[in-house]
Amino acid sequence: MASLVADIAAEDVLAAPDIPCVRRRRLLTRFRYWRGIVLLIAAAYFLIPLYAGLRFSFQNDYGHWSLYAVKALPAQTGFGAAFFLSLRLGAVTLGLVLVLMVPTAIYVHLKLPRVRRLMDFVTILPIVIPPIVLILGILHAAPLWLRASPYLLSLAYVILSYPFVYRSLDAGLSAIDLRTLVEASRSLGGSFVRTLLHVLIPNLRSALVSATVLTLALVLGEFTMAQLDLWTTLPVWIYQFQQDDAHVATAAAMLTLVGTWLLLTVIVLLDRSQSRRAVRQGLR
Amino acid sequence: MAPFAIYTILGLGVPTAAVIELAFRSNSGKVTLANVRTVTHGVYRLGFENSLLISVISSVIPGILGLVLAYAIYTSRGSLLKRVVAAASGVLANFGGINLTFMFIATLGTTGVLTAWMSVVGLNPWNHGFNLYSFYGVAVVYLYFQIPLMVLVITPALGGLRPAWREAAENLGASSFRYWRTVGLPVLLPSMLGGMLLLFGSAFAAYATAETLTAGTVTLTPIQIGDVLNGNLISGEQNVGYALGFGMLIVLAVVMVLYILVRRRASRWLR
Repeated sequence: MASLVADIAAEDVLAAPDIPCVRRRRLLTRFRYWRGIVLLIAAAYFLIPLYAGLRFSFQNDYGHWSLYAVKALPAQTGFGAAFFLSLRLGAVTLGLVLVLMVPTAIYVHLKLPRVRRLMDFVTILPIVIPPIVLILGILHAAPLWLRASPYLLSLAYVILSYPFVYRSLDAGLSAIDLRTLVEASRSLGGSFVRTLLHVLIPNLRSALVSATVLTLALVLGEFTMAQLDLWTTLPVWIYQFQQDDAHVATAAAMLTLVGTWLLLTVIVLLDRSQSRRAVRQGLR
Repeated sequence: MAPFAIYTILGLGVPTAAVIELAFRSNSGKVTLANVRTVTHGVYRLGFENSLLISVISSVIPGILGLVLAYAIYTSRGSLLKRVVAAASGVLANFGGINLTFMFIATLGTTGVLTAWMSVVGLNPWNHGFNLYSFYGVAVVYLYFQIPLMVLVITPALGGLRPAWREAAENLGASSFRYWRTVGLPVLLPSMLGGMLLLFGSAFAAYATAETLTAGTVTLTPIQIGDVLNGNLISGEQNVGYALGFGMLIVLAVVMVLYILVRRRASRWLR
């Protein structure tokens, strides 16, 4: 229906004087074909591998449909250990990065607006410096007792998550009236900690959720540093296990993928509900 | 502020400085240019050449394809389509490593789904010189996260392309081709180059996908650094890894500077 209305509108435009009418219409139809083909090829390129991965996960060695790979997964040697190691690393990374970043981002927004450009630059650096080079330096520079611990990876992941976490917080802080909130809370006698916990964090909820999800997705999928630091996290286990049973390994890979995507969908949905709220407030 | 600064210096500054310093030290700790000389010759030089080549291939091709796709979506009417693609691009652009490797083995491996479909029409790619576990296989797989990355980066720039310009060009009798050649592409060019530079950096730094897909057999610089770290090295070359890392940092620093310059030019049209 909507497209019909748009078509009528297009006809009106075409009927207007001074526009070479027939040529314009041919142009439009040709353009529509072209777009359909592009979208179709793109959809095929992005969906076929997904389909293939899922199909392989739900097949047994004879090519029949089967749930055996998914069912067998939790019982495989090393899977549980790798999974919990990844979860522990994720929790430690997340705690560290939030404690480090939330007060810093708020402080910079409130007191040091001139430092924001520098923060933009510093937090983008982990994208410029490849993880493979960073881990090379970290493994050399870290003291021995730290190198013996898996949590060295968490310390490194904090750096890798800078771009995602800072960007989310920066967007969230720009969207609220930070100064008014802080001044109101302080003049009512709230301490800085109280202001942070009871005023700012509730207002930054959706920024914090998106920072959390992006950090967890990063830690659960990180392969380079974990493999070179010789810790069997989930992705490293999956890679090693493919020699034992490719179906089970692929099932594990696809399950983590689907899990991560579900988490990321949460961000998108939250984003949208927040922008709707913003629109409502703007109308009032 | 202070804890953040200290953490960043310790976690990012010190390791990076260590890589650069050790690139110029011999195994006994003396200052030397031997490591740098080693990595600019022989197999390590080949690694750099291959890395640069794969980065060029997987920035130019997905750069163009990403622009076409972004334009097709940008000019479409469906707002649902736009939202789905925006969300999917955000997810896929940060995708890579083991999951992507397995999906492509299941798709284009010797017994993959697409391989089977193509053999039905007599076009089994493996019989026509294609090998997924090779240099060009890696390039094909990189498209999967490079195209969405380009869509993400270029879409805001498409907003700078005013519909009025196209109408003005058509009113003056310009063909679609002429419009793109004299108006559209020149306006988009800085943003396109900026996007391609980002793709270049992302392909150049990628390790996990190439390592898991080829089991470390493809000669790329990141893979060679991994080999050195894992101890698969010729004796007496322990510090060569740092020189390789230093080389990567130089390439990426150049890319970053070019990106900043191009961005400055591109922002003119985005006001």
